[in-house]
Amino acid sequence: MESTNRTILPELTRTTRAEASLKLPIHWFQAGVASTKRWLTRWRSASHVQNQRGGGMAAQSQGNPWYMAGFVLVLFLLSWHFFTLRSSFDQRGLTEEQLQMMEFNGDIVRVPDGSYAWNPEKEKVSGIPGPLAVLAKAREELSEAFVKKGTNDHGIAYLVFYTVSRFAGGFLAASVIAIMLGVILGLNKVLFRAANPFIQIMKPISPLAWMPLLLYTVKDPKWTAVLVVFMAAVWPTLATTAFGVSSLRKEYLHVAAIVQLSWVERLFKVILPGAAPTIVNGLRISFGSALVAVVPAEMLLGELGVGYLSWIEWNNLDIAGVIFAILVVGVVGVILDSGFNKLAGYVTYQE
Amino acid sequence: MSFLLIDHVTKYFSNPSGAGQVCIFKDATIKIEKGEFVTCIGHSGCGKSTLLNIIAGLETPTEGGIILNGREASGPGLDRMVVFQNFALMPWMTVFENIALAVRSAYPDWSREQVSAHVTKYIQLVGLKGAENKRPVALSGGMKQRVGLARAFSIEPKVLLLDEPFAQIDALTRGVIQEELIQMWNNSRNTVFMVTHDVDEAILLSDRILLMTNGPEARIAEEVHVSIPRPRSRETIIEHPHYYKIRNHIIHFLVRHAKHGVGEGMPGTNGSPVMVNFEQDSVVTH
Repeated sequence: MESTNRTILPELTRTTRAEASLKLPIHWFQAGVASTKRWLTRWRSASHVQNQRGGGMAAQSQGNPWYMAGFVLVLFLLSWHFFTLRSSFDQRGLTEEQLQMMEFNGDIVRVPDGSYAWNPEKEKVSGIPGPLAVLAKAREELSEAFVKKGTNDHGIAYLVFYTVSRFAGGFLAASVIAIMLGVILGLNKVLFRAANPFIQIMKPISPLAWMPLLLYTVKDPKWTAVLVVFMAAVWPTLATTAFGVSSLRKEYLHVAAIVQLSWVERLFKVILPGAAPTIVNGLRISFGSALVAVVPAEMLLGELGVGYLSWIEWNNLDIAGVIFAILVVGVVGVILDSGFNKLAGYVTYQE
Repeated sequence: MSFLLIDHVTKYFSNPSGAGQVCIFKDATIKIEKGEFVTCIGHSGCGKSTLLNIIAGLETPTEGGIILNGREASGPGLDRMVVFQNFALMPWMTVFENIALAVRSAYPDWSREQVSAHVTKYIQLVGLKGAENKRPVALSGGMKQRVGLARAFSIEPKVLLLDEPFAQIDALTRGVIQEELIQMWNNSRNTVFMVTHDVDEAILLSDRILLMTNGPEARIAEEVHVSIPRPRSRETIIEHPHYYKIRNHIIHFLVRHAKHGVGEGMPGTNGSPVMVNFEQDSVVTH
């Protein structure tokens, strides 16, 4: 107990100081260091205490997680920056012939003042671009987010819109159909057991494996991409909905039967709300796998979207663009996911 | 003709191991008059809850049937409302919504205001004013069952079926709610069929107590008339001279005779239960 007391006192003062100096980035950095340090010491002393007491007391966790996350991010960006940094071209010790040869090969270019520099075109594909290069690319892309330059060169906002609408279409259609079928299967034990082997076989198939067949059948890459998302999203929701409805507590259905609810009321007032937490879990799994499926579907089908952006940048040998595309996919995913969580919060209940 | 007649009801369940069937109870016949409070008591697994579910229409009898007010009652209906052991409140609905769900179904032509007034009245009756918009998760066990009772009484059913209603409530709260139940019942005078393990609860609430033998093939061996005048309360009831006679008689049955299924001494003629009434001293000989 003595050791924990001693560590808590100075920390209180440190936290207030860190909170007072929110405005300066350098203080963020210091606070991040302090936060991480504090966490490390506490972790050590807590495990120490736990060892002494035979695991009696759980480790307390204090400190601002935002500082810690910010600190890790800054650390990552700095190391990324320094590891990918290349020195500028140094022509000392090279003869004029060697320089001309290098220029001929395209390694270097002559700049207006007569000296040489690394060829920026070749720079793009030598090594990994640093954070500044990605930032520059991001600014360039975002500045023309709403510009359509050509049939295959739409601004990033359009690409995000295409991907989100493709995703939303497939996911919503899959969810509606899966929930309807799931309720039917969940209410009928015999049907559920008859259908279960099929669901179990279909569930682990990668949605991308369907793509050639779908493309052959519907003959339209637009709809194929939506159907790939559909295939990714339909099975987990179907399986969990059927499970959730079938394991709904009998008493709820008994009450519904006694008070003579019509089947519509029974479905919307008792069965669906009762199974909602389980259904939402299924939707969450579907949501994840659909989000994972939409990117390679766009790549393979050549449909405009953020997945396509990543691939086209690779074809352009623009690695900074590839990294930017990855980040966009991440951001789109986070935004969709947080929207989904909001929605899920409305329909779940505590038992 | 009695108000509620459980007429030669037999229930078989298919054996969980597969082959054959298990007889839960056979030829159970109970006659309940209008406004009567009848309790069925027996060991766990004797099939008393199954019997209650059959009356409620939630399970179908293998043989026999239920006759309510001169008509056969098959399938669940608003005339036979159940108060469940584990409350069966919808956790996604508030207290108000839980009761309103039943009220709206029972009185489909009522306006929104009428439903609201009716629900509020019953919420006040069980002392839950102010908790209308809480969800069941925020309520204690006792409060949950008060909602269950309010829901059951609010639709004014012909028969109220209580399935071990206070089994999951702590002993102190249980007594309070039992007396609240007495009060509500005094005002409404529904016909009540209750199932319980609790001897004191049965004596406090019932007009008649049916003693059931252990399953399988359980039957109603005795029928004890609770010869203690109403109104009753937990405090005064124990001073009545018949209280301990009845209590001892029931416990005696449960401990010694339930297993053999023969009740006190001989089974009654033609298999009907032995009548026990301390008032008229018509106890069949010990």
